[in-house]
Formats: sequence, structure tokens, C-alpha cells
Amino acid sequence: MAGTLAEKVWEQHVVRRGEGEPDLLYIDLHLLHEVTSPQAFDGLRLAGRPVRRPDLTLATEDHNVPTTPGPITDPVSRTQVETLRRNCEEFGVTIYPMGDAEQGIVHVVGPQLGLTQPGATIVCGDSHTSTHGAFGALAFGIGTSEVEHVLATQTLPLKPFRTMAITVEGELAPGVTAKDVVLAVIAKIGTGGGQGYVLEYRGSAIRALSMEARMTVCNMSIEAGARAGMIAPDETTFEYLRGRDHAPTGADWDAAVEAWRELRSDDDAEFDAEVVLDAASLTPFVTWGTNPGQGSPLGEAVPDPEAMGDDNDKVAAQRALEYMGLTAGTPLRDIHVDTVFVGSCTNGRIEDLRAAAEVIKGRRVADGVRMLVVPGSARVRLQAEGEGLDRVFTEAGAEWRLPGCSMCLGMNPDQLAPGERSASTSNRNFEGRQGKGGRTHLVSPLVAAATAVRGTLSSPADLEPVRVEETV
Amino acid sequence: MEKFTTHTGIGVPLRRSNVDTDQIIPAVYLKRVTRSGFEDGLFAAWRNDETFVLNDPTFAAGSVLVAGPDFGTGSSREHAVWALMNYGFRVVISSRFADIFRGNSGKQGLLTAQCSQDDVELLWKLLENEPGTSVTVDLESRTVTAGDLVASFEVDDYTRWRLLEGLDDISLSLRHESDITVYEASRPAWKPTVTA
Repeated sequence: MAGTLAEKVWEQHVVRRGEGEPDLLYIDLHLLHEVTSPQAFDGLRLAGRPVRRPDLTLATEDHNVPTTPGPITDPVSRTQVETLRRNCEEFGVTIYPMGDAEQGIVHVVGPQLGLTQPGATIVCGDSHTSTHGAFGALAFGIGTSEVEHVLATQTLPLKPFRTMAITVEGELAPGVTAKDVVLAVIAKIGTGGGQGYVLEYRGSAIRALSMEARMTVCNMSIEAGARAGMIAPDETTFEYLRGRDHAPTGADWDAAVEAWRELRSDDDAEFDAEVVLDAASLTPFVTWGTNPGQGSPLGEAVPDPEAMGDDNDKVAAQRALEYMGLTAGTPLRDIHVDTVFVGSCTNGRIEDLRAAAEVIKGRRVADGVRMLVVPGSARVRLQAEGEGLDRVFTEAGAEWRLPGCSMCLGMNPDQLAPGERSASTSNRNFEGRQGKGGRTHLVSPLVAAATAVRGTLSSPADLEPVRVEETV
Repeated sequence: MEKFTTHTGIGVPLRRSNVDTDQIIPAVYLKRVTRSGFEDGLFAAWRNDETFVLNDPTFAAGSVLVAGPDFGTGSSREHAVWALMNYGFRVVISSRFADIFRGNSGKQGLLTAQCSQDDVELLWKLLENEPGTSVTVDLESRTVTAGDLVASFEVDDYTRWRLLEGLDDISLSLRHESDITVYEASRPAWKPTVTA
């Protein structure tokens, strides 16, 4: 029978199927961090249960960690991190703590180690687990009760998802990135449009994306309400994986690639829903509201809630503009920001940092604007420093930080003050997400860097050319 | 988990759509390592506004939250469910729930009752016109009753059965441990491990 990519991966992991029950699915990789795991380990301890597969479980510290040198000063944050370390030691789970060469944001660490592989089932107590779907894995966020369930059984009882094809055909214009694609998708289908679905991104524009760009797209599937987003693996995927620490080698590699090549939706597979976007029509996209679906092309103006047809949309937009301190009709390019944040599991990988550095090189961060650049992992940081990107940023007046989730959600000291406005390469513009009273505009790394230079929401095309000093 | 058959309590109208889990409980409140005490973070930012519904003494003891569509979007934090339950809520009514939030609720015994948006509007009107009105939510018959209003709601059969029986998922899955072992033996040798 013809099947979609998601259905094929699902079928390969069914441990048990019972009438009137959810399927019991096997989990290939379980990622942990300090925020959503302590109560799960507590549950195991109370029930006297071990971790069934410590060898398929990996922990890293990311949400609470400071991005400046030194220990965690907030005692409650410190307790949470120390609790994770104690739990990992007690239950025999591998952990990459602060300062370790492998530490980083959980969704950056898995792929760079080669643990994220096509056709795998991957879960984590974190909604941005959808990131790993870029490899053709079925990867989704779970709650703490489910974390405990996976620790105890290496399985999850799940009802099948519906499937939605998001087809993006054509070529993206220069300066239009994966972030713009996914923001446009969310604006089109809404924050609830993907509920109950696994999204499969396909089409020539998606196939042309690098692995890191594909991760950016899949990462934000959850912002459209979908638990998972997937992209069929291809040569780009295999090349990214080849030679990574945990990628198969020798005959195993050949066997794996043979299996991975089968992981694509059949030509006659039926999706429950389909959405089509024309890549050539996309331009840099930014959000103006307080959910990721409230976004518009950068060239447009803050929309007028009164012009919205749906009553719920209208009320939500009115509330959002009030919170954001914006007036309908203001050109988006006229919006001044105080802070620019480059980082997060959405846009904290090496290609993102290179893109931002390319724009900011030879330029200066505008007066009155602070720019934070936070690599997604210790490896990304070292690689960036090896390429001299850290100096590009610091010479432009930006701050170069240590890896972690940082200002994406402000569980560490990196927060917006009340009323402060950011252009952020992260994934959520919810009220107070980056700090109580903070106002967030979601943008791509290119838009972030250009905005830092001009001080207002901008794309690189808005910048004056860099003046090259003539040598005498 | 406690069994859930029927619940009666004060209904609280929350006229907002897209109530994301960052609003239900902001990240700064997520640092505890227990499952209790999260009620202080529930709707923390909105509770600073004196006109917010839970600051009205009539609603402060509410246990049935009636919210707009797309409730519980965003972060997977189960702390959102704990915060609602720690505060005293046993039921959330909405026309659409985010998947992860609904799953987390089902594990903890918080009932997510999916009503039509028309019924949500009627409930809002009733609760606003007669503040303090009790709402009865019957899981057996899948109905919500408030004043003269009787509305049906949707909840999936399996979650309903588990809630009615008060069963926890892990012990249910461990009944099939031999199936898990058999499956593990069939996994391809090239699948990665963290330790190898």
C-alpha cells in the first residue's frame, strides 16, 4: 500500500497494535535537558523502576545555563542543573554538562553528533524536537509524564497522526532563507493549522536547502501546531551524516543508506491535507504580533485588525498590537529595536552565524542597540571562532557568548527588560517570552544582522555598501 | 492517577484565543524540581492586571476554565498542567487544544473537554452574566451542564477510559514488556547508541 514518509517511519516502530488502543511505538533516541526531566526521574525512583535503555538516552544542560563565563548564580537554576547531573549519575545516563566540549542546545547536539538519523523515532521533553525531522526522522516533543514513560519503557503509546504535505516549489530569491519560508508557512496555515498533523515539507525549494536550513524549517513546525515536521532524506542528508561520530561506518553505512533511500512518500501516497507555496513569491518575513502566525513580509506595514474577517483574529491582533506597542499602518521597516538576538535551536548553527557575520562584517551595530550572538553548542562556538566569526561580531560591537538557549526564553540572565523590543532569530514571540514585558519580532539571521546595523527592522538589501578603504 | 467521572465547580470565562503555555506559566517559574507549588506562576503576567478574571473574587475559586480556541499552544512544558491543577482546575473547555498540552493533561487527570465554539460562546455569556455559576462536566455522558445549557464535548475514547479508570500509562505499557523485548531484538545493528 502506498504510504507517506511519516507513515513508513511509524510502521517500522510499532511494538504492539491493539484494537481500540493507541499503537505502542519504539523510541530510538531520547534526549533530555534539565527543565522537563526532574519530575520524571522522581517518578522512576518512587516506582523503583530503572531507565530501560540508558544507551539510547542522552542529556545536556541548555535552558538555564549562563552565556557569560562563570557558574550559575541563580540558586534555583543551579539546583535544577545539579538535579539533572545527580539523576544521570544515579540512572547511568550520559550527560554533557556546562563546559563540556559536547554541551549545547539539545537539538543542536543530536544532529552534530550524528545521533539524529533518517527513519529514527526521536523524542525529548521539548516542543522543538521537531527539528530532527529534517533528517527524515519522526521527532516530536513530549511532556514530563511521557519522558518518564520513555525512560521506563523506551516506548510511547500514540494515536496515529494525520499527514499534511507542505510543498514549496521554485527558487528562493537571494536574501530569502529557510526562516522566511517557515514563517510564511505559519502565517498561511495559522498556529492551529497543523494540530494533529505531521507536516512533510517537499518540493524543489526544500530539496535545495542545506541540512541546517532544513532543521530551521522543521524546528518551527510546532509553531503551526504540528508536533512534527519531516523532510525525506536525500544525498544532502547522507553527506551531512557521513563521518559523524555516531554515524554508521563500513558495511553498516551501506546497509543504513540502503534503508534510508526507501524513506520517501510514495508518488501515489495520499496526504490528509496539502498546502502549496511558491518559493519565488517569498520575501524576508517578520512577525509583528504575539504568536508566530502573526507575521508579514518585511516590506509591508503593521496590519489593521479592523480589516480582519475572523472575530477571534481581530481581537487577538488588537491585543497583540497593544502589547507590542504598535500602530496599524506603520511600515515594518520603521520599527526600532533595542536588542538583536542571534541564536537558539532555530538559528544557532554555524551557517546561521556565518550568514549574520557576512552581513555585519565591516559594519557597526547601531548606537543604542545591543546584539547578542549565542552559538547553539560548544562545537559551533569553536568552529565559529576557528573561522574568525567571533571577531567579526565583536569588532562590529556585538557580544559573543557561550552556548545555550539564552534569550530565546530567558530562563538564564539573558532577558529583555519590560517594554524592550527585540529582533530575534528564535522561534516564539509570545508575550513575555524573552523577559516580562519584552516585545519580540521573529526574524532570520540575515534580517537580524541588518536590523542591528540600522536599528530598525531591515534586510541586508537596505544597507549601504561597506566602504572599502583604499590603500595608499 | 485519581479517577475522573464527573466534576462540578465554578466556571471561569477566559475570553482569549491562542493561550500558549508561556502565558499559562512563564519560563522563570519552571525551575522547581517538584510537581507541586506551580499555582503561583499560573497566568503570572495576566494576574498583575486587576481586571483579569481570576482576580475577581467570584471566580478565584473556579475549577472549570472555559477558554478560546488553540488553548495550550507552544512549549511542551507539563508545568502548565501542574499549574492549572495546583491552582484547583480540573477541567479546561475549549474548541481546540494543542496536541502536546492535551496529551499532558490526559496523563495528569486534567480533563480537556472539546466543545464547539458556539457552545463556548454560550458558556462565556452565561458565566459573565451570572458570575459564580457552577458547571458540571460528566465524562461518562460527555456533557457539560451549566444553568439551562447542556452541551456535548469530545474526548478520545482511550483517554476517557483511562481517566474513568484512573489508570497510569506506564504500568499499562509494561504489561507488554515481552513485546518490547522482541521488538528490540529486531532492530537493525547499524542503529546508533549514545554509548558506542
